[in-house]
Amino acid sequence: MSTLSADLASTNVDAASTHDDHHDHHDTSGDTVFGFWLYLMTDCLLFASFFATYAVLFMNTAGGVSGKDIFELDFVAVETAALLLSSITFGFAMIAAQGQKKALTLIWLLVTFCLGAVFIGMEIYEFHHLIVNGHGPQHSAFLSSFFALVGLHGLHVTAGLIWMTIMMIEVARRGLGKATVTRLSCLSLFWHFLDIVWICVFTVVYLMGAM
Amino acid sequence: MSQDTHHDESHGTVKSYLVGFVLSVILTAIPFYMVMGGDYSKITTIWTIVTLAIIQIWVHLKYFLHLNFITEDGRANSFSFLFSALIIVMVVGLSVWIIYESNAMMMHF
Repeated sequence: MSTLSADLASTNVDAASTHDDHHDHHDTSGDTVFGFWLYLMTDCLLFASFFATYAVLFMNTAGGVSGKDIFELDFVAVETAALLLSSITFGFAMIAAQGQKKALTLIWLLVTFCLGAVFIGMEIYEFHHLIVNGHGPQHSAFLSSFFALVGLHGLHVTAGLIWMTIMMIEVARRGLGKATVTRLSCLSLFWHFLDIVWICVFTVVYLMGAM
Repeated sequence: MSQDTHHDESHGTVKSYLVGFVLSVILTAIPFYMVMGGDYSKITTIWTIVTLAIIQIWVHLKYFLHLNFITEDGRANSFSFLFSALIIVMVVGLSVWIIYESNAMMMHF
């Protein structure tokens, strides 16, 4: 029975691939973007578990600093502004890409990259500042979960910046073909998704922590 | 479904991005103002900033990620998001509930 179904499956695969060969412009970009969306949903769950960990541990400061002592909200407000602006500039890059305007796409991607780099630069500065002042992640459960949650988001943004660099090179070299625009759409989902996660971070970690 | 409407739904326009951006700026500025300068009670502040965060997530989903229930792709994306949201509420909500309840019991007995 299992051999039969395996045979059937392979026949189906063959049929599907011949089908695709016959129709070169058969559109699978929607499937690619949907698949990437499903990956983002699993990434949501990863972030959710880090948020749950933070929510459970944040009061355990082991006699050390709490959020009230270390969070500087003006600093976080600037980080938030950089990330929010980068969301809309990426939106403009996508509109330019859909209109096949190569130079404009590259300019907006570069602006987005710079704003993302400002965000990451500020976050590295904040982490460095905390560690040199003796508030590194090893000092309490609160600091461990804080560094883990905010660091996880920072790692995602860094990955997004690397991806964006690669996309800029690809757009510059190959132009805005269908495959390239599909990849840009996936990166756009990733980037906007990270902005949504940051809304939760600044609300739950920084604003509630600083009250 | 004509090709044009499909594109508008799934990619957005300059106008939709601007609307989303302006709403997001307002929804970010209010909670920061309340915590940094505002003189409100702790309970009021917490409920307001949580509500505004949820509204802002909805704004981002609608105007930046173009989730909708109109196109077929949009429905698939929206339902998979709703499913994840359910799991997230369970993971975060139930973890917090269990740990805080056990914490309260340790303190009082």
